[in-house]
Amino acid sequence: MVVFEKPKALTDAPLHYCPGCTHGIIHRLVAEAIDELGIQGRTIGVASVGCSVFTYNYFNCDMVQAAHGRAPAVATGVKRSDKNNIVFTYQGDGDLAAIGTAETVHSAARGENITVIFVNNAIYGMTGGQMAPTTLPGQVTQTSPYGRDTEAVGFPVKVCEMLSKVDGATYLERVAVNNVANVKKAKKAIKKAFQNQIEGKGFSLVEVLSTCPTNWGMAPDKSLKWLEENMIPYYPLGVYKDKYAKEEE
Amino acid sequence: MAKVTFDKDTCKGCGLCVGACPKGIVKLSNELNIKGYHPAEVTEQENCIGCAFCATMCPDCVITVEK
Repeated sequence: MVVFEKPKALTDAPLHYCPGCTHGIIHRLVAEAIDELGIQGRTIGVASVGCSVFTYNYFNCDMVQAAHGRAPAVATGVKRSDKNNIVFTYQGDGDLAAIGTAETVHSAARGENITVIFVNNAIYGMTGGQMAPTTLPGQVTQTSPYGRDTEAVGFPVKVCEMLSKVDGATYLERVAVNNVANVKKAKKAIKKAFQNQIEGKGFSLVEVLSTCPTNWGMAPDKSLKWLEENMIPYYPLGVYKDKYAKEEE
Repeated sequence: MAKVTFDKDTCKGCGLCVGACPKGIVKLSNELNIKGYHPAEVTEQENCIGCAFCATMCPDCVITVEK
C-alpha cells in the first residue's frame, strides 16, 4: 500500500527552486489539500511575482499570473465571476507584504471568499537576497550588510497580527515548515483555509514561515534551524483569528 | 515491509530527508545524478519503518513510501 506519493494536483514538471528551498514542501501541502478536498476540477490558482512566479507550471489546475502584488485583486475577480470556483493565491513576502499590501488588506477588509497562501522567508529571494519588509531586525542581507537597522529602515511587517484587526478577515494562522510536526500542522491549516472557502466563510490566509538557503547563505539543514531559532520567536506560530472557532466548539 | 523509493534524477541532494529520518538510514549517495547532485538513497531498506518523515520534508516530491 502506498502511504506517501506525489499529489495529483502537482504536475510532473521539476521545480526550479534551489536545493532545500521549502517552497516545494508548501506547494505539495497545497496540492494535497486540493486532492483531499476533491476540488481540483474547479480550483483556480493565482500566481504571484517572485520565486513563486512559475507556480502556474507546477499546480495541475487552471492558473492566472497576476502583476506584482495584485494576486488578491485578480483572485477577487476570478471568484466573483463564478462563486463555484475555488480560488487561491500563492504569494511570497516581497509580493504580499510589500508591493501588494494594499490588495491584501483590502481583500481581507472586503471579506473576499478566497484562500491566500503567504510564504514568508524574510528576504527577497528571486532578485538575489535584498532586504524585505519581513527581514528580521539585525538580519544581514545584500542591502543590509550590517544587519537590518530598525532606526534607519523601521520594523518588519507582521501580516497575521496586522490582519487580525481587520473585521473582514475570517481565518488567519501562522505556521512553519521547519520540521515534520510543523509541516503536518501547516497542512492542517492550509486544508482548513480551503475548507473555509468551500463553506463560504470568507477570507482565509495562512502565513507559512519558509527558508531561503541560497540567499541566507546557509546549508538547507542549517536554514531550518535558523528559522526555528530566529524567525519563530519573532513571528510566533498560531491562529491569529478564527471567526467561526466558537461555533465549531 | 516498508519500502521507500527515490526518484533519483529529480533529487537535488538538499539532505532535508537525511535529517528527518528517525532511523538514520537515509544518506546522500556518492554517485551523481543527471543534474550533478548527490541524490538521497536508502541502503538498509530492511530498517525502514515507513514513517514517511523523509517524504514529508522533501521539497521535490522525490520520495514514494509503501508499507
